[in-house]
Amino acid sequence: MPDMTGSIVVIGGGTAGMEAAGQLAKAGLSVTLIEKEKDMGGHLKDWYHLFPDRRSSDEVLDYLNRQIDNEHINMLAGKTVSGFRRKGNEFIVSTGNGEDIKADAILMATGFDLFRSERKEEYGYGIYDNVITSSDLEKMFRNRELKLKNGKKPGRIGIVHCVGSRDEKVGNLYCSKLCCVTAVKQAMELRKNLPDCRVFCFYMDMRMGGALYEELYREAQEKYGVGFIRGKVSEVGVNIDNKLVVKVEDTLVGRPLKMEIDMLVLMAGMEMSEEGTRLAEAGKLKTGENRFFAPADHHFGSNKSNVKGIFYAGTCTAPMNITETISHARGAVTDIIDYLRNIKK
Amino acid sequence: MEKFGFALSKARVIDFDANDRTIAGYILEREPSFGACIECGGCSATCTTGSFTEFSLREIHILLKRGENEQARKKIRKCMLCGKCSLVCPRGVNTRNVVFLARQAFQKKEDYAV
Repeated sequence: MPDMTGSIVVIGGGTAGMEAAGQLAKAGLSVTLIEKEKDMGGHLKDWYHLFPDRRSSDEVLDYLNRQIDNEHINMLAGKTVSGFRRKGNEFIVSTGNGEDIKADAILMATGFDLFRSERKEEYGYGIYDNVITSSDLEKMFRNRELKLKNGKKPGRIGIVHCVGSRDEKVGNLYCSKLCCVTAVKQAMELRKNLPDCRVFCFYMDMRMGGALYEELYREAQEKYGVGFIRGKVSEVGVNIDNKLVVKVEDTLVGRPLKMEIDMLVLMAGMEMSEEGTRLAEAGKLKTGENRFFAPADHHFGSNKSNVKGIFYAGTCTAPMNITETISHARGAVTDIIDYLRNIKK
Repeated sequence: MEKFGFALSKARVIDFDANDRTIAGYILEREPSFGACIECGGCSATCTTGSFTEFSLREIHILLKRGENEQARKKIRKCMLCGKCSLVCPRGVNTRNVVFLARQAFQKKEDYAV
């Protein structure tokens, strides 16, 4: 195989961007990896243990850092992309501080933003103490400070599925796909860390479609005694003892149910990132009804955009887990190499 | 003091905190597979009793777990312990033993009469 030449700008230094940058560099291409935060790693930096095997997220982060440890990669951290324009077969990518970078192709790896749970006001995030998000809980696990606002250990913990997903009221019709398994994983972690606590998951459907998810669900029931109550939580209040009170219909019984809870964890869904939306508008990139980037073809073009030379990797196209994100990033690399071969002919 | 404000109807709401879930605890301790139920209703679909009367083991399962014992106690008498439900269960719950243990627990509470 003749040596590949070409330069690629990868926008976003999370899981997808890091993996793609590493693979592109291995193929001999020169890569500029642009990340808006000061460190690479994206959301993975905030997670504690990953499903399905509950390995430390740091192990995956270490792998990704080794991937980008390559002389062909120029890392620009703490920088945003203000826009890009085409010049013949090339692109000129401009950074926020006025730098222009030439590229033969652009890879969008702008990832996702977590749904802002305060938008579901009825759940009381930002209003009541001890209503937290799945992301807050990961940070609590990471920092070893699993406790209520008053410093005490929670006795009963509720987990609310589908916060910002499958909910027309917030304009998100899609399923974020990872929250069910995250809920199960976090329920087990809670029970492991606080053996005396009881955990209840409030769900609409249990969507355990990934490898080993169903097994995890069963382990949560049998080994950790996690309770599952089918019903969409309608609202959360506080009673005179300053305990949270959850209102839900137990749809399997067909009657309303109320329950006191010490801590409530909201499974925040995934949304198209603000940065992605801005670049989609700036670059005339098509987005779907779910606001994520719309791939050129759902079956065989999931890494391609409607603009020649611009490609997608990872959760900027749809909710994905780490495994899928890494595979998707590798797929993008294949498409980019194919594209470069054809334009360089 | 004058009571005012809004409250859920006492008659229908499942008051999880007021309910007694010791019957479910008794079963779970002796038959851990009770905890693996996913409320699919396979047991109720195959049940002979259920096809002729208003009887659903799935419903009884959930009532026990929520501590709605009075309802569960009455309903569970109908089971003939044939065990067909345990042949269907996708989670391998020993459903027959669950019924047996539930009856035992109620009897131990001395308020169960066949």
